[in-house]
Amino acid sequence: MRRIVMAMSAWLAACSGTGDGAATTHVSRTNGGPPPGQHFELGRAATPAEVAALDLDVNPAGAGLPAGRGSASDGAKVYARACASCHGPNGEGIAPLYPQLVGRDPAGETFDFAKDPRIARTIGNYWPYATTVFDYIRRAMPQTAPGSLSADDTYAVTAYLLAANKVIGAEAVLDSAALVNVKMPARDRFVRDDRRGGHEVR
Amino acid sequence: MPPRDANPPDRALTRRDLLAGAAGVAGAAAIASLPALGAAQQASVPAAPPPVVPADPTKVVGTPTAAVGTRSPFVRPTRVPTGDIQGFSLTPHGDLTGTITPADLHFERHHAGVPLIDPARHTLTVHGKVARPMVFSMDDLRRFPQVTRTYFLECSGNGRAAFRDPKPDLTPQRVAGLLSNTEWTGVPLHALLEEVGMTGDATWMLAEGGDACMLTRSIPVAKAMDDALLVWAQNGEPLRPENGFPLRLLLPGWEGNSNVKWLRRLELGTAPWMTRWETSKYTDPLLGQKARQFSFDMDAKSMITSPCVPQAITKGWRPVSGLAWTGRGRITRVEVSVDGGSSWHDAALHEPVLSKAVTRFSWMWHWQGKSALLLSRATDETGYVQPTRTELTTARGPGTDYHFNQIVGWQVDPSGQLTYHGGR
Repeated sequence: MRRIVMAMSAWLAACSGTGDGAATTHVSRTNGGPPPGQHFELGRAATPAEVAALDLDVNPAGAGLPAGRGSASDGAKVYARACASCHGPNGEGIAPLYPQLVGRDPAGETFDFAKDPRIARTIGNYWPYATTVFDYIRRAMPQTAPGSLSADDTYAVTAYLLAANKVIGAEAVLDSAALVNVKMPARDRFVRDDRRGGHEVR
Repeated sequence: MPPRDANPPDRALTRRDLLAGAAGVAGAAAIASLPALGAAQQASVPAAPPPVVPADPTKVVGTPTAAVGTRSPFVRPTRVPTGDIQGFSLTPHGDLTGTITPADLHFERHHAGVPLIDPARHTLTVHGKVARPMVFSMDDLRRFPQVTRTYFLECSGNGRAAFRDPKPDLTPQRVAGLLSNTEWTGVPLHALLEEVGMTGDATWMLAEGGDACMLTRSIPVAKAMDDALLVWAQNGEPLRPENGFPLRLLLPGWEGNSNVKWLRRLELGTAPWMTRWETSKYTDPLLGQKARQFSFDMDAKSMITSPCVPQAITKGWRPVSGLAWTGRGRITRVEVSVDGGSSWHDAALHEPVLSKAVTRFSWMWHWQGKSALLLSRATDETGYVQPTRTELTTARGPGTDYHFNQIVGWQVDPSGQLTYHGGR
């Protein structure tokens, strides 16, 4: 429906011959504006280089992962240097500010978190995608110097955390291809929102 | 590096600890930029001396005009707690009336502190599945068609502490202070997306903030093209820094975290990015060994804000007044019970009742000095009725997380003292 209103209002604006707000029919959707097929011509073109400089995100398919590689053993050193002061020497966290990163509580192995809020949700038992670990570390960690880890160090500390959570082996080395292929224990546990209002409580 | 035993888990982390940790990985610039952390549990405003009031204010000339107004010295609403870099602060609903939240009392929730951003240098880059990747300055954005609309914002973690541990001394601020209601001004997002020309396969949009964690959320394009706004003003003035200055995404009725602050980038794509904030956080464990993801809509909810803890009431007539809201449109009915839900009374809804905005309700009550349990129950235009705690935990499990919207209220004892009641 709105698209029809948009099209009509744009047509009316065009018929006014000016497109600068002189249309006599007021349609709040466009409130004047350019004729069909034209733009406000505000802003400027983004260059590929400036988009590339900003576009740091990584998705589960691995798009956006940089070149580089790192081992879990190297990651242990990165963790001790850059992470342990807040998250604890073994990823146990410091409540409430610094979350537990490592742990596979037996009660969490069946993903029964809805039965007991005290079961710790960690990378090992709750995070559905390994790429998320890499993406979050790269954009936000360590908190005192976000963005300070190299690509190799980020792969390494991701490998360390996945190994400490027993998702991958202690000797594992991660690069972009290996990271995308990591199947997280909680990968298939997430469902889309089925709440729609109405009489049912979900 | 601090020694290994510098941060035993039984002790609160201090700013000194964080600085010690920072010294190993960062330079002096990062240390200098760290806000105070250790004050997290302290009151945000120290007690002020009582104001000196003339015996007869009509016989003494008053104070002159001032560049910026201040509250009466008798009125000192404050957000609590304060001082956390990754924390939250809560709107003091027990101190407020009407529906609009004063900008300086809007709740805060941020994950890496509040960034300081120069609006003259801030830009929004839109790219990905678009015909024309573009960069917009704040001046560019303000030249698009503008709208001004009132919407609530609620963190989907609102009420977690009160749900897990319903202590009797909880106030409305502690129970539901991660809710605020604001008149926002900005540009409809669809106008911007039409300017860049989304390609036909664009179904998701990544929104990224310019804070120190570059917070990201994946948003369905359908919402972006529906009622989403890019806003730069709240209650008639530029956004407060803690609310996203100079630009934030505003997704009416959707959980607060998805309303990305300090917005600097929008990327159009064909699938969600599965960011940290939409996987490890802001997902809702369900019975059946699953978790609900992308649970954006805020369900209907209400709370009585007067009377409330820490007040004591006296016999006689008074309004039972509070707030009701739903992310699915308009509130159509609010009922008040004074007997713990055995009987309900329709409350008056104060006009205007706006879609996806807070509605004030009230019902006149004559208290006769007996024990009472005050509850409120909201219904929205979809027919959804605010559930009891039992209904909610039956549907989701006792470990349910986020979206706590069960019926709650205030127990009144025969002396008139109020205590929080977390619902049944």
